[in-house]
Amino acid sequence: MNGPALLAAAAPVFAAGLAAGHLLARRGGRDGTHRGGPVERATFRTLHTASAAAPPLRAGLTQDTARKAVRRLRPLFGTAALALTAEDRLLAWDGPGRHHADTALGSVRRLLESGRTQTFAVRCPDPDCSVRRGAAAPLTVDGRVLGALVVLGAGESVPAARATEEVARWVSVQLELAELDRTRTGLIEAEIRALRAQISPHFVYNSLAAIASFVRTDPERARDLLLEFADFTRYSFRRHGDFTTLAEELRCVEQFLELVRARFGQRLRVTLQIAPEVLPVAVPFLCLQPLVENAVKHGLEEGVARGRIGITAQDEGATARIVVEDDGVGMEPDRLRRILRGEDGPAAGVGLRNVDERLRQVYGDDHGLVIETGVGAGTRVTIRIPKYRPGVHSAPPGSPRPVTGPASAAAGPPSPRRR
Amino acid sequence: MNQTYGIAAVSAAVVGTLVTGSAGLRISRTTSDFYVASRTVPPYLNAMAISGEYLSAASFLGIAGLVAAQGVEMLWFPVGYAAGYLVLLVFVAAPLRRSGAYTLPDFADARLESRAARRVAGVLVVGVGWLYLLPQLQGAGLTLGLVTGAPRWFGALLVAVVVTPAVAAGGMRGITFVQAFQYCLKVTALLVPAVFLLLAWHGDPRPAEALDEPPTFRRHTQVTVETTVRLRVETPLRAVATGAVDGRRHDGDRLSLDPGVHEVRAGTTLRFPAGTPVPEREPGDGRRAGASSWAAPLSGGRDDHPLYTTYGLIFATFLGTMGLPHVLVRFYTNPDGRAARHTTVIVLALVGGFYLLPPLYGLLGRIYAPDLLLTGTTDAAVLVLPERLVGGTLGDLLGALIAAGACAAFLSTASGLVLSVAGVLGQDLLPSPGVRHFRPATLLAVAVPVTVSVAAGELPVAHAVGLAFAVAASSFCPLLLLGIWWRGLTAPGAIAGLLTGGGSALTAVALTIAGPVTDGWPHTLLAWPAVWSVPLGFLTMILVSLATRDRIPPGTEAAMARLHLPEPPVPPNPPAGTRPPRSDHPMTIRRPGAGPRT
Repeated sequence: MNGPALLAAAAPVFAAGLAAGHLLARRGGRDGTHRGGPVERATFRTLHTASAAAPPLRAGLTQDTARKAVRRLRPLFGTAALALTAEDRLLAWDGPGRHHADTALGSVRRLLESGRTQTFAVRCPDPDCSVRRGAAAPLTVDGRVLGALVVLGAGESVPAARATEEVARWVSVQLELAELDRTRTGLIEAEIRALRAQISPHFVYNSLAAIASFVRTDPERARDLLLEFADFTRYSFRRHGDFTTLAEELRCVEQFLELVRARFGQRLRVTLQIAPEVLPVAVPFLCLQPLVENAVKHGLEEGVARGRIGITAQDEGATARIVVEDDGVGMEPDRLRRILRGEDGPAAGVGLRNVDERLRQVYGDDHGLVIETGVGAGTRVTIRIPKYRPGVHSAPPGSPRPVTGPASAAAGPPSPRRR
Repeated sequence: MNQTYGIAAVSAAVVGTLVTGSAGLRISRTTSDFYVASRTVPPYLNAMAISGEYLSAASFLGIAGLVAAQGVEMLWFPVGYAAGYLVLLVFVAAPLRRSGAYTLPDFADARLESRAARRVAGVLVVGVGWLYLLPQLQGAGLTLGLVTGAPRWFGALLVAVVVTPAVAAGGMRGITFVQAFQYCLKVTALLVPAVFLLLAWHGDPRPAEALDEPPTFRRHTQVTVETTVRLRVETPLRAVATGAVDGRRHDGDRLSLDPGVHEVRAGTTLRFPAGTPVPEREPGDGRRAGASSWAAPLSGGRDDHPLYTTYGLIFATFLGTMGLPHVLVRFYTNPDGRAARHTTVIVLALVGGFYLLPPLYGLLGRIYAPDLLLTGTTDAAVLVLPERLVGGTLGDLLGALIAAGACAAFLSTASGLVLSVAGVLGQDLLPSPGVRHFRPATLLAVAVPVTVSVAAGELPVAHAVGLAFAVAASSFCPLLLLGIWWRGLTAPGAIAGLLTGGGSALTAVALTIAGPVTDGWPHTLLAWPAVWSVPLGFLTMILVSLATRDRIPPGTEAAMARLHLPEPPVPPNPPAGTRPPRSDHPMTIRRPGAGPRT
């Protein structure tokens, strides 16, 4: 009976020991293992300081990031004060002599006019003020001056001005990277926007043709189908929200299949197995319909007499597993791999690739399509969708919001498996 | 109890569960019933599922046992278990559903945008889940022990063997239907025997026994003591003993026990003549058992401070329900906040209705199975009553039905808990999350409580559940209430509150179970921590949040809007599935920008 008590007492002690050991190990790593000559040590220290200042700058040039960066960069100079400015205002000042901010901003104005590094003298009535001279170097991104790095100190020296310029260049590179990050995020969002909601023109054409064939023989059916078509297109073209619920996706698939059925009649058989627990799961908009369309295409259109399509949605705890399978002609796995890499020309398999990329961008590389296929063996496509993911909501209140899912940029192709 | 019937009933319960599970998927082979297959779960069904998962072995066996042993003040247990849903309904149900969170860590993540808060919540979910699993496993051991005569640890192991593969194989497929079925089974298993028991009680020549009197043996009774007990005898009584009493061996000889405390060794068999008052069992740590003040609340029951313990119980159960991982997971199945609220109302009715039954069993158990008070296995009262009161084949059949219900109780709650705990372990706590980690996580989720349950010995089932509620109430109740209703909550505040509230409650629970403090206020405070740990959690969360006001997550406004704005009453485009059949209204289909057409 005393076992649990002992355990309860021992646990915090153990945790404290673990933490202490961890800390010691980190200290040791910082000081102990990198002892070299004085030059090496200086180099190491400089690089370490610079790399410590990089993370805040990578988030762009704002008051907050500038404050953090300046504090970390000042040791590089060993001068009295260091400041970062935007084009017209001070962002952060580290060190004494803050009352000279106006003088510094004046030199930044001159810098903006000339585009060159400025050195300037500071007149101060206070004899104890350690700021006497200063140098301001431009921060440029894409050839445009965003702001300036201002170094202030007691004396003037050419090396100090050059160091200022070098550090400013380094900061500029970080800001350029930040700009790049921003562009990339924007690109991904634009890509998702472009990827969403592409219903295939063939389908529109085929559906209308099939409906036309009913207009005389069965006008009632033709009317129903047209309404079905209208509902389907309205859903596909809707503009708000990047996510929807699985229930709505299934409705869309049903409309789609109704239209397909108009064309193929009894040749198509569909089996559906849905666990009702997963119906409220938020899924990327139009992620299921392309898979079903693909199944129809391979299950029926390529000259097969009868086709069977199975759609399964199962509850797997924190994830929902959705499977779309057909018993059609299947595909050479290598060809599928090429299609998913986008190497097989723009016409082939846009739908699958599109769904795959969107899933990877929203949920990460673990959640891409898993495709099992072989020539003549049918195809089975499986997706696993987490029931919850930060930023993914099926019906965001208010206006359309940008996608805020974790955007994994490195979206490699999925690995098709041979059945 | 007749073993054949019992084993058959338990097997039937397991098979019924599995069949419902595999048949629970909605399958359609034509597109015409496509919509039937893709229709969301209606609130009544989901409510039955939630109730089925919620009514655990503690409700099914434990409450009756506690009422039998300790009197009416234990009625706060069923009241609290049901009333927790009232708090859930008013403050949490709809906003939580709108948040889109599937688990409590998800909610922490969605509201606070903090991985650290997510992780801390995950650790606490696992802690609460394990704590709640313990009494389920003990209930299993008790039930199966009575039904098959197997040792106690066997039941825990059997549950592990049944639940682990079912969960690891991807959960039961139609989990909602399974749990709804379990609810029906549990209600039937208590309701039908209750009718017969009441009839038998009425037919009994002495139905109106004074309840406040110490219970007496109604007929010649033989009791075998499984663990060494100390008995307090108020009036001299006679018995026939085989075994060791007060350190002396007896071998079927008569024995007269004087007033005072007597020790009866494990394995001793005592035979009492009819009419003997039942000796009270001393709880081993010197406190008085409250058998003599059965019908009067707060009259010095099992603890030194009955009023305080009652409030402790109320705090824990009223506020703890919202923090139970397996309950919240089910709310995700509701399509929106309104349905979540609707579901909760139905759950209140279903759970409340169920809880009318166990106290009845407790009362009858006190009259007809008083020997359980002596051996201390009052949790078995529900199971033995039909045999005692009805007897014969009918009694055996009713007993088997109850056994099946108890089996459903621990299986459903255990599988729900294991699923939740394994999900959190696999997703948040084990290194490198991913789908593949779910199976090892399931093993871990089962192995820890089974080991503890086999190693730790006995805890009263309902009391252990009360401890789990206390931890949930001190950690997740502040997180949910403040997260939903206060804009000022910050991630550091939430983490600090979870750690102090939940941590202190967990520590208190650990100390209670380990038992270094056995007396006086310290023991009472540790055994009923909710009274102080819930305010502590709230206070820490609020104060630290105020101190870190600059760390209010940037998305707070958007998150609050999502939590509280109701969903649009009708989807913007009427989903085709809700349209009446086409032949009924060929001419009036609503289209945007077009009136009814003729």
